[in-house]
Amino acid sequence: MDTLTLPKDKQTAAKQETVEVTGSVALLDALIAEKVDTIFGYPGGAIMPIYDALYDYNDRLKHVLVRHEQGGIHAGQGYARTSGKVGVVFATSGPGATNLVTGLADAMIDSTPLVCITGQVFAHLLGTDAFQETDVINITTPVTKWNYQVTDATEIPAVIAKAFFIAGSGRPGPVLIDITKNAQLQKFSYDGYKPCDYIRSYRPKPLVRKEYVQQAADLINKAEKPFVIFGQGVILGKAEAEFKAFLQKSGIPAAWTILGMSAIATDHPQAVGMLGMHGNYGPNVLTNECDVLIAIGMRFDDRVTGRLDKYAKQAKVIHLDIDPAEIDKNVKSTVPVWGDCKETLPLLTEMIEPKVYPQWLQKFRDFEQQEQEICIQPELHPDTEILTMGEVINILNDLTKGEAIVVTDVGQHQMVACRYAKFTKTKSNITSGGLGTMGFALPAAIGAKFGDPARTVVAVIGDGGFQMTLQELGTIMQSKVNVKILILNNQFLGMVRQWQQLFHERRYSFVDITSPDFVQVAKGYGISGQKVSEREVLRGALETMLNHNGAYLLEVMVGKENNVFPMVPQGCSVSEIRLK
Amino acid sequence: MSKQEYTITVYTENHIGLLNRIAIIFSRRKINVESLNTSPSEVAGIHRFTIVINEVEDVVRKLVRQVEKQVEVLKAYYNTNDEIVWQELAMYKVPTDEIAEKVKVERLLREYGARAVVIRKDYTIFETSGHREETDRLVQVLEPFGLIEFVRSARVAIIKSSRGFHEKLKEFEALRPGANIVENEFLDKQEEVFTM
Repeated sequence: MDTLTLPKDKQTAAKQETVEVTGSVALLDALIAEKVDTIFGYPGGAIMPIYDALYDYNDRLKHVLVRHEQGGIHAGQGYARTSGKVGVVFATSGPGATNLVTGLADAMIDSTPLVCITGQVFAHLLGTDAFQETDVINITTPVTKWNYQVTDATEIPAVIAKAFFIAGSGRPGPVLIDITKNAQLQKFSYDGYKPCDYIRSYRPKPLVRKEYVQQAADLINKAEKPFVIFGQGVILGKAEAEFKAFLQKSGIPAAWTILGMSAIATDHPQAVGMLGMHGNYGPNVLTNECDVLIAIGMRFDDRVTGRLDKYAKQAKVIHLDIDPAEIDKNVKSTVPVWGDCKETLPLLTEMIEPKVYPQWLQKFRDFEQQEQEICIQPELHPDTEILTMGEVINILNDLTKGEAIVVTDVGQHQMVACRYAKFTKTKSNITSGGLGTMGFALPAAIGAKFGDPARTVVAVIGDGGFQMTLQELGTIMQSKVNVKILILNNQFLGMVRQWQQLFHERRYSFVDITSPDFVQVAKGYGISGQKVSEREVLRGALETMLNHNGAYLLEVMVGKENNVFPMVPQGCSVSEIRLK
Repeated sequence: MSKQEYTITVYTENHIGLLNRIAIIFSRRKINVESLNTSPSEVAGIHRFTIVINEVEDVVRKLVRQVEKQVEVLKAYYNTNDEIVWQELAMYKVPTDEIAEKVKVERLLREYGARAVVIRKDYTIFETSGHREETDRLVQVLEPFGLIEFVRSARVAIIKSSRGFHEKLKEFEALRPGANIVENEFLDKQEEVFTM
């Protein structure tokens, strides 16, 4: 197969003259026009023409060869989350494409912008059970914001333009484009790439209705105990500055969801901590005491609300969201403010009166004090010999000064890391929030590093989750990715074990997991590391990890049967949160 | 709030796979679709779905928002039966001799507003439209006379209070016509194409 590479002066957009190119070349040209710099992918039979074309684009497009397509898509997610750009992933047909499904579902529920390109068998073989054929479009329909199958190369420029527009605009999400092999090979006359900024049936942002903003402002102005809860919408909307201005003028205490975390500094004077099942004491209890609840760019996930019929029933609810389908989905709003919070927040800020709520804020601090004594102190400064996850994160904060990107997996270590990690910069807390995908952290950390290479990236992972995607150590080795891997090993699938202890009479059913010698495994991949289990050497080991030139794996042995508290037990109200 | 019939009207682009994208919004919540009609609207390139489900309004509202959120959906509405005028088309095939001898065809036609579409020596096909109960009643009447085959279409409905849909759709089309649908032209050329 011969592909024709565009001479550099003929590349991208606005050139009137047409040139004969293959579908593959048109695709890569489109990616360059969209300012894509990094692709995470894995080749295979049905995507070979694209990889063949990529061979000539090596100087313009960095391709990171992963070890499994799931690793590829999680890396794409990590990249998108730290860079604020659209992540790009390549995979072949059949198993390559089905391996993307977990990542697509994760990106869908966490609103991560991705464009995934999958190869597909020749168009004339569709539906014949051809080798490595699978119905990718129908398999991925529920887990994509949009997907499309290309069978003719002439469609490629317009479809890729649409894909980037849809993935990145409005409420972001994953888009999958399936390209049959004949379309990749087919030559057509190409007259340049035109980005897409309009689709007649698609309205990325609802129109802002000022009368609702005014109603919201009126409620806020009259409130005595208002409470702001915010999610990833603030980060996705690139509205951190607008949000801070709103907080400053309104004086209202603010708590984050797990994905909203790091939109403001964790030590912001009005920050009162994290919401949800393992969030902080004050924000959970006082959700059921506030008089006006202002939800910004968040979707009232069940892990945040606990029992819905006992959630903030006393409060008037103002809900700011870009996605009209989120308004009234779980919690009925008194005033819905549809729109991009980058537009609505400044409007709201202008309409509200400057205020402070010292007594109300003090209430949060009082709860914090109780939580400090019962939960935080023993976790961060334990008086036992056995290490806790919290003290590891606490030293890490100290050493990174809250400037690192922390990528977490799923489970106890995730909750501990998100409870105790300190952040000073936005886009710093990367985790699988909605889907709860174990195995997310290691590949996502790779992508996070490519997305923001100047920053330190620490992947905090449990012994269970690490074994789900540890093959990506190969990617770290080959692409020399400088990520710090911090395994918090409690020799259990800890979160499930905690639930079994609390709700299933300690019947520890299949949570006792054996691990290999992780340090030796890393060594096999040429990655340095060490394992520690004593307090005296912990700080030094973390320093060694952070100062090491290149990737490093630090395994910390922590208490086997430690639990994460506070906790809102399932089926309970947020005000029934338990401290022990 | 109790369950009742809701008719959901959806205007969409003509796009392969959209039927599935809309259908799974219902199946995901384990909601049965009682009736589904999809056909081109009066404006080229725009399709109209009419979906009937039995649900409480709160759920229907959420579903409709999730339908409308799909990239290729122009607009979605939901209505109770009071708010729409609807019809279902039904066809009945019966042996001509039975019908001719044992019932008065004329009476049938008048009473049920039916129309004979085909009359052959061996069978006759009637057609009628109406609500479910009406078309059902004719089934019961014809049953004793050797009903051979019966078929009923999905519901189509017009919203009583709608204003200017037609103009709005024409505006959409005029502003930017829908993309032509690209079907797979290679499927019947399997023998001619070299494969790897």
